[in-house]
Amino acid sequence: MINFHEVSKRYNSLAALADISLEIETGEFVFLIGPTGAGKSTLLKLIIREELPTSGRVFVGDTEVSSLSPTQVPFLRRRVGTVFQDFKLLPQRTVLENVAFPLEILGLDDSEIEKVSKETLSLVSLEDKAEHFPYQLSGGEAQRTAIARAMVLRPEVILADEPTGNLDAASAWEIMQLLGRLNSLGTTVIMATHNMDISTSLPHRNLEIQKGRISRDSKEKKSKASAAKKKS
Amino acid sequence: MRNPYNALAAFLVMFLTFFVAGAFVLISVGSNVLLSYFESRPAVTAFLKDDTGSEKVKEIQDSLTATGVVSKTRYVSKEEALKIYKERNKNEPLLTEFVTAEILPASIEVSTAKLEDLSKVATILKNETAVEEVVFQKNIIETLSNWTRAVRNIGGAVVVFLLATSFLTTLIVVGLNISLHKDEIEIMRLVGATAGYIRAPFIFEGVFYGAISGLAATAALWGIFTWFSPTLQRIFSGVPLLPADPAVFGYLLLVEIVAGVAIGVVGAFVATRKYLTI
Repeated sequence: MINFHEVSKRYNSLAALADISLEIETGEFVFLIGPTGAGKSTLLKLIIREELPTSGRVFVGDTEVSSLSPTQVPFLRRRVGTVFQDFKLLPQRTVLENVAFPLEILGLDDSEIEKVSKETLSLVSLEDKAEHFPYQLSGGEAQRTAIARAMVLRPEVILADEPTGNLDAASAWEIMQLLGRLNSLGTTVIMATHNMDISTSLPHRNLEIQKGRISRDSKEKKSKASAAKKKS
Repeated sequence: MRNPYNALAAFLVMFLTFFVAGAFVLISVGSNVLLSYFESRPAVTAFLKDDTGSEKVKEIQDSLTATGVVSKTRYVSKEEALKIYKERNKNEPLLTEFVTAEILPASIEVSTAKLEDLSKVATILKNETAVEEVVFQKNIIETLSNWTRAVRNIGGAVVVFLLATSFLTTLIVVGLNISLHKDEIEIMRLVGATAGYIRAPFIFEGVFYGAISGLAATAALWGIFTWFSPTLQRIFSGVPLLPADPAVFGYLLLVEIVAGVAIGVVGAFVATRKYLTI
């Protein structure tokens, strides 16, 4: 689904990512873990072409992201939903209107937009908050709205950059359950977090990044362990 | 939401530009009408003494024709002079009531093919014993011609300066609006909006400022012109300047709106190129 081939990203003399090669399969749930400044967000930005690699190649499915023309980038972003720590909701729009925003951009007709937006809101259990404005929501509800907006175009992948960073523990677990449910429906989820409690307590792949390099990949470890078991 | 002060600033600057540009266009068109009027009028008029007979008139006309520089001569009798006077002052009965043909002088009106020959004709006429007074319009035409040229040059320079100001104001105002909406723009980009979709509202904003300013400026000029028409009509009595042809304002409206939209589009487009990261 997502492939990085020897990808490096430098900001002037600072190396944000160095020689990253990885493969994420369709339907996987991957935690990107590591301290602040390790390169987690940069890695996510490369997937949606917010940034271009200094060297190497990035693929989403068969699409080579790094060689896309600017006019093709919006079509890539419709395939990849994004969720952020600060929610990035439009304050003057209601919850339903925020969720409907990506559909409006596609130019769908109003009845279709309303139908799909309501369906997606029910997916995150926010039907009763449809007419509320973001300032009337709790942090957890705001993040669920942001997830609904990311899901409304039915993307193949969800990128979540510290989605629980601004939430209390209970809300954070709610969000994790929601992302888990979306993943179980077939959506690939890549979530950057520095919350080790969350990443270690769930049975998902952990990719640890330190100083721009992958320092640990739980999948590799598991494969090695199962290979060793088979050998013995 | 658009900032109303930014929008007002853009509107006022563009309004001023199109108002001044339109005013210069109208002054220029008016000057040209005036110039054509004076150029088509007899350039030298010789008022004759009361006892001048028709033979003498014929002799003067022949001597003028013999110079080869005269394109037309015309004798205006006292009766004809009265008729012209009455026609010009038909709205002022007090001015026509006590005037008779006797008190108006007969005259010979002379036109020359070239402006520079007027002095020569005027000298010949001044030396005629039957001529009481010679009036010639060389100075009027030359002055008017100079004024028309000056209006065009100064007007052109002022309008170019104001157009540049309008363009820069549109660019800055649209740029400010882009920065006010940066969160919304970022979200649009992330959810897959195309560059055209993101740019469109800002380009439309430029179009709106330009079109509304052009329309308002032409309307204001029309209002002011209508207000001052009676005064202008009095000042330029006899000149076919008024009433103004409505088509002039129709063209002006069209040109100002098209120019406004063009400046708005270009200003907004440059702003989106410069300030909008897509």
